Amino acid sequence: MAKSITVGDLDIYYGDFLAVQGVNMTIKARSVTAFIGPSGCGKSTFLRSLNRMHEVIPGARVEGKVVVDGQSLYDSAVDPVAVRRQIGMVFQRPNPFPTMSIYENVLAGNRLNSKKMKKAEADDIVERSLKGANLWNEVKDRLSKPGMGLSGGQQQRLCIARAIAVEPQVLLMDEPCSALDPISTSAIEDLIHELKSDYTIVIVTHNMQQAARVSDETGFFNLKAAGQPGHLVEFNATSKMFANPDNEATEAYISGRFG
Amino acid sequence: MSVATAPTRPTSEPIAFTQAKLPRSAPVLVAVVAAAAAALPVLLLDWGLVVWALVAGLVYLVALPVWARVVEGRRGAVDRMVTGLVWAACLVAIVPLVSLLYTVIDRGLPAINSTFLTYSMYRTELDQEVGIYHALIGTLLITLGAAVISVPIGIMAAIYLIEYGKGSRLARWITFLVDVMTGIPSIVAGLFAFSLFILVFGPSTRLGIGGSVALSLLMIPVVVRSTEEMLRLVPADLREASYALGVPKWRTIVKVVLPTALGGIVTGVTLAIARVVGETAPLLLIAGLTTRTNFNVFSERMTTLPVLIYTQNANPGIAETPGGTPPGIEIAWGGALVLILIVMMLNLVARVIGAIFAPKTGH
Repeated sequence: MAKSITVGDLDIYYGDFLAVQGVNMTIKARSVTAFIGPSGCGKSTFLRSLNRMHEVIPGARVEGKVVVDGQSLYDSAVDPVAVRRQIGMVFQRPNPFPTMSIYENVLAGNRLNSKKMKKAEADDIVERSLKGANLWNEVKDRLSKPGMGLSGGQQQRLCIARAIAVEPQVLLMDEPCSALDPISTSAIEDLIHELKSDYTIVIVTHNMQQAARVSDETGFFNLKAAGQPGHLVEFNATSKMFANPDNEATEAYISGRFG
Repeated sequence: MSVATAPTRPTSEPIAFTQAKLPRSAPVLVAVVAAAAAALPVLLLDWGLVVWALVAGLVYLVALPVWARVVEGRRGAVDRMVTGLVWAACLVAIVPLVSLLYTVIDRGLPAINSTFLTYSMYRTELDQEVGIYHALIGTLLITLGAAVISVPIGIMAAIYLIEYGKGSRLARWITFLVDVMTGIPSIVAGLFAFSLFILVFGPSTRLGIGGSVALSLLMIPVVVRSTEEMLRLVPADLREASYALGVPKWRTIVKVVLPTALGGIVTGVTLAIARVVGETAPLLLIAGLTTRTNFNVFSERMTTLPVLIYTQNANPGIAETPGGTPPGIEIAWGGALVLILIVMMLNLVARVIGAIFAPKTGH
């Protein structure tokens, strides 16, 4: 259960401001795709446009095509809620629901959509998701404790468990490790490796080593100049990207000779 | 062995971290001396307790900074003086409150007994016992009615303002009008309800529900405002987390945003109730006055505690013994104490509920 995503000539606007311009790419199923690039170049904006989270911000809109499984996400007949059920998201800062326990947090996607399920089935989903997020052993004895009581890294893995509990086709991760220490980061990177056999994963990261470690393909976003829209400079296999990129700007950025 | 000549800073004078300080007991000492010093002229000239407190306070505010100036220097003196002023302001603020509470308890407590709380003012013979039961029921029912009207309207209006209408012209107008409504005098709300019910049900209509309508006019802006603030505090992260799980917006609001803000919302609602429970003027107009207990807000007059206090005070009757307290005055004091207890209880309940629903960090 994983789908590929095809993006064609995507322009993303905040009101009148063009934030990202002319992106074309194909994100392969069952692989990890990383986006790198300087701050403010539109990586996160682009990522959010892949599951229509972008339009949560007032005035934000998109022109162009994002095609998943043969359907264009921005067709007028498409329900953004249905899109988000298939394309899950993990955010930069861990954001477990403060009113819910660990158990309820994992089930939030099902419960909030008032999906009826038996206790055994719910237990099963919780265990499977927490094991999937490498968190089960740490929390199995305190599932009824509040999710906010966990450490930052555990909270982030709880959010991943919550995202995979609804069994999406694609998992988008917006700098999932930027607020975490190296040990938690490494735990989440291991997790990404395991998850990629079942999910299509797209990850935004500021950490070049992380992109090199976890991803199969990498996209480099950049700004033409300050105030100009961001654009996709190069999209290639990660091994090629980090060894012998096609574009000079990519090489400059990756080798740290940027700007 | 060669020694590298590192550029050394010129060794300066030893730094002093210590300095002369007044003894710890200095403020207490000065306070005692000031009290004693003020007592002398006050006793001689036969002024009252209030003057003594004022003079003692002034002496303290002058003496302690002067002493500190001599021993500790300028900064110490300023510190002592400002500390003294802040304490004085605090005391000035508390004195009326404590005095009021003391008087109400002192005069109201003797009036309260089991008949006082369970009998109405209705009597067929002059020597029958009377009580405030009818007003207690009136207060509870009318306030409950007001809450039933204004809590859903207020919370939904706040949800519209924060979740849907953000930045729109309509939302700006609603916010403006809510602010204006916060300031309307309660008598105007009473007149509104009065004219509304008279227009609909004919002249000399007096209904408990009319009082509820008047009170809800006063309550709605408070509920909207406090709910708005609480919803604003819910992090956008949580809403996005919910959307990203494929949860529709209305479910996100009902199941994520409202529960997260619930503690604050309940506190705000309770404080709004506490605000209107003591209203007199609008109820005098529309809920009318009666001596009998009425359980039906939709028919006949209803008396509430503040109205009872007002009318008893205005027509106190004649004291049994010459020079004694007229019975109406006693009832008014008792009623006032009961009203204060109700408001206090509401505040306590709000705190407890707020603590129960506060998001748990739980370590």
